[in-house]
Amino acid sequence: MSMRHIADWALNVANLRGASYADARIVDDRSRGLATKNGKVSHASDGESLGMGVRVIADGAWGYAASDDLSRAAVEDTAAHAVAIAKASARVKQSDVRLAPEKAVTAQWTTPYQIDPFMISVEQNIDLLLKVDSELRSVAGVTMAETNMNFHREEQWFVSSEGANIRQTKYSTGAGYAAHAFAGTEIQKRSYPTSYGGQWQNKGYELIQELKLVENARRIGEEAVALHQADQCPEGAFTIILEGAQLGLQIHESIGHPIELDRVLGMEANFAGTSFLTIDKLCKLRYGSDLVNVVADARQEHGPGLGTFGFDDEGVPAQCTPIITKGLFTGYLSSRETAHTIGAERSGGTLRAEGWNRLPIIRMTNISLLPGDKPLTLEQLIASTDHGIFMQTNRSWSIDDKRYNFQFGTEIGWEIKNGKRTRMLKNCSYSGITTEFWNSLDAICSRDEWTLWGTPNCGKGQPQQVMGTGHGAAPSRFRGVKVGSAFRGN
Amino acid sequence: MLDKSKAADIFDKIKNYSTADEVEALFYGGRSALTRFANNTIHQNVAEENYGVSVRTVFGGRTARASTNKLDDESLRRVVQASESLAKVQHPDPELLPMPASGGQKVSFPIRYFDETAAVTPEQRAEAVHKIVSIAQRHKLTTAGIFATAESIEAIFNSRSLSDWHTQTSSEISITMLAADSSGWQKANSPNVAHLDAVTLGEVAARKALESAAPREIPAGKYTVILEPAAVLDIVGFMFFDFGGLAILDQRSFLNNRVGAKIFGDNINITDDVGHPLQSGAPFDGEGIRRQRVHLVEDGIVKQLVYARATAEKMKRSEYKEKVGRIEPTGHGFPLPNEMGEAPMNIVFGVTKDPRTVEQMIASTERGVLVTRLWYIREVEPYEKILTGMTRDGTFLVEGGKVRHGVRNFRFNESLLHMLSNVQEMGTPVRASGEESFDMVVPPMKIREFNFTEVTKF
Repeated sequence: MSMRHIADWALNVANLRGASYADARIVDDRSRGLATKNGKVSHASDGESLGMGVRVIADGAWGYAASDDLSRAAVEDTAAHAVAIAKASARVKQSDVRLAPEKAVTAQWTTPYQIDPFMISVEQNIDLLLKVDSELRSVAGVTMAETNMNFHREEQWFVSSEGANIRQTKYSTGAGYAAHAFAGTEIQKRSYPTSYGGQWQNKGYELIQELKLVENARRIGEEAVALHQADQCPEGAFTIILEGAQLGLQIHESIGHPIELDRVLGMEANFAGTSFLTIDKLCKLRYGSDLVNVVADARQEHGPGLGTFGFDDEGVPAQCTPIITKGLFTGYLSSRETAHTIGAERSGGTLRAEGWNRLPIIRMTNISLLPGDKPLTLEQLIASTDHGIFMQTNRSWSIDDKRYNFQFGTEIGWEIKNGKRTRMLKNCSYSGITTEFWNSLDAICSRDEWTLWGTPNCGKGQPQQVMGTGHGAAPSRFRGVKVGSAFRGN
Repeated sequence: MLDKSKAADIFDKIKNYSTADEVEALFYGGRSALTRFANNTIHQNVAEENYGVSVRTVFGGRTARASTNKLDDESLRRVVQASESLAKVQHPDPELLPMPASGGQKVSFPIRYFDETAAVTPEQRAEAVHKIVSIAQRHKLTTAGIFATAESIEAIFNSRSLSDWHTQTSSEISITMLAADSSGWQKANSPNVAHLDAVTLGEVAARKALESAAPREIPAGKYTVILEPAAVLDIVGFMFFDFGGLAILDQRSFLNNRVGAKIFGDNINITDDVGHPLQSGAPFDGEGIRRQRVHLVEDGIVKQLVYARATAEKMKRSEYKEKVGRIEPTGHGFPLPNEMGEAPMNIVFGVTKDPRTVEQMIASTERGVLVTRLWYIREVEPYEKILTGMTRDGTFLVEGGKVRHGVRNFRFNESLLHMLSNVQEMGTPVRASGEESFDMVVPPMKIREFNFTEVTKF
């Protein structure tokens, strides 16, 4: 029995029970996770999950039901359940759901990849991780070493009552490591390529080969230990330069989330919060300086980000939406249901679900700060800075529920004096108000320094869903930023 | 619903398919439903049914895990093979213990499955949401939130004849009421849906939204704060992963060199107790060991850590063995293999001698801040346990023993060591639920010199 046939069982029952719209997503998910700690394999697991979610509109309201049972009886029960739920939803509604029109297509799309990560032997992967682990622990003073490697494959069939029939297969790969050093009354940590799981992209095993994991391990271990001797990051207003991965998270929190139209409309008010970016600010708010150009780009040509796909989870093709254009706020992340609220004729194609058992909601795609036009390397940027602090690798992150006030900590920093990177600084942090911060940007490195970073763990929705998002960024400079208040009073 | 008998049959098949020295199966899943509302409308309304099995195999000190939600024979055979393939390529771990033959004595345990919770329909959830929306409309507010119900199973079987089974129900209501420039929030959950009172939660959330309207900015600084229970649990939850023995051995815990020391005020007593009537969860851990009641903190002194079996063995041989109090498996291990070891997840704060209500705390406060809820809490510094985060959904200035008006939300950067050494008053512990941490039985607290470092724009 083909997945198309199974999906049709659901759509037929939804139609018979009175749904005015229905779609079915069957998802077959496979994952592998490997990790080491202090010279041992600490985690080795494979996982798979198969099931179907049915989304319907009946009596002008939404219903969603999902099941792991793909037998005909269970599929039909699930579809009938979705319609019954929608009719219950209709008891508490202010208006009927409206969907922006979208051409129904028949299509197939697969993540371009060179090496299927599931074809690489587990032994080879564990050997690589243990080699990194050994390098980290070869540094005296490293008290804990952790490594991880993860692979994910998701095959999805999307069929709708409007005639869409889309099969999509996505691969993602991630890897990273961290060295911890405990001494006296301090725990310091350094991570590579970035913290909280490392770098993730929609690629095959070739990502692992590109990351130069072993080559950087000893330096990371040494930096973790050296932080104990470093000076405390000063407090005050400073010029700061953020490296790409930290800037990626800054984009995620202070641009990516506020532009989610469901947040703006109050649909996430109980958990994730709302947004300061009310609709009256569209095409009026000066979000950043003239150098700030940000796009939401899910297309493959943008790169292999965790927000790259062929179609979103309601069958809308991947698109590029200008979010900030020369500093002006120009676009939101939208869906078929929300597009009309900003006068758009079509969804921006950003509705995604964590799996078959979750309702698709608006999610960031690849929210990227475009690189500077003029050639500028990180070293040239530092050389052109009289006094400032260069901060690298996220350590903590927090932002209020309207996305105004943020505070980030980084694992390491260096003071810049007279165009040169000088003393190492520990416990670096900076904070600010979103639009004030982006308006203080005065330099962005060029394309050669630009990387599409992956954030694999973005939480949103109730029940909560975890989603991967992409963030392209090159090191950038900001003026007059508040530094060090995280440690004030402590 | 996957029942114990069917799970036992599946485990028999798994054993037959396996060639490993030892095999273990964890079963998980259930049925759940969640009605979500915003802008006075049900805008998302979902239901799910899903069951799965996670198989761990062992070959001579080598172990790994594979999971599937496909429970047909072919898929079970494949998941066993996947687990075995992963296990066979590991390096043998001399510290890996044989699977336990027994989880320990099974003692009486509160019933946590309620038929009326399992039977809640979409129509009943919609009816409750209708009442909440009516409250919002009566006060000219808009509301957003959830009403969720679920029934779930958790079970373990291993080839040494250990088996244990837990089933429970859960229900939860969370409500945000929004005015033009303010908001209020309330949340409650229980295994028994009859214990949830949507109307009272809605009225309290609405009152907070109304009373915090037109918030004024007051400067950041050190304030006496009154944290409602949800705010307490969300911030203290960040320290409990450090109460595992492996965290000490890894030297990643803020309790390194502090076990046995007085690090909090005399009035801080904390127990991990899965059997507490206000707690929830299964009575066994990831290896099937029965969870014990553990006194983590007594009169401000860190008394005992929690242990998985392997961690306890390792600790007994370590340089810390004389410094960490009683060392024994306590039934707090995560499923193997894992990086974290163990953690207490059923936290119960002790009852203070002279409990005060929030109203009494307000009345005794000359100048302070009343906090409903905290948000986006993250660890800034791991050894002094400095945490940052924001206030949210109902923050008020207290002056002269009265709530005066709403204030703009603050960012805090506060050390838990400092905070729990400065608790002036506490209330009676209640079952509380937030968004940043797991549910706990915690009191409201009045704390002096809480460190607000910045103010946001609303």
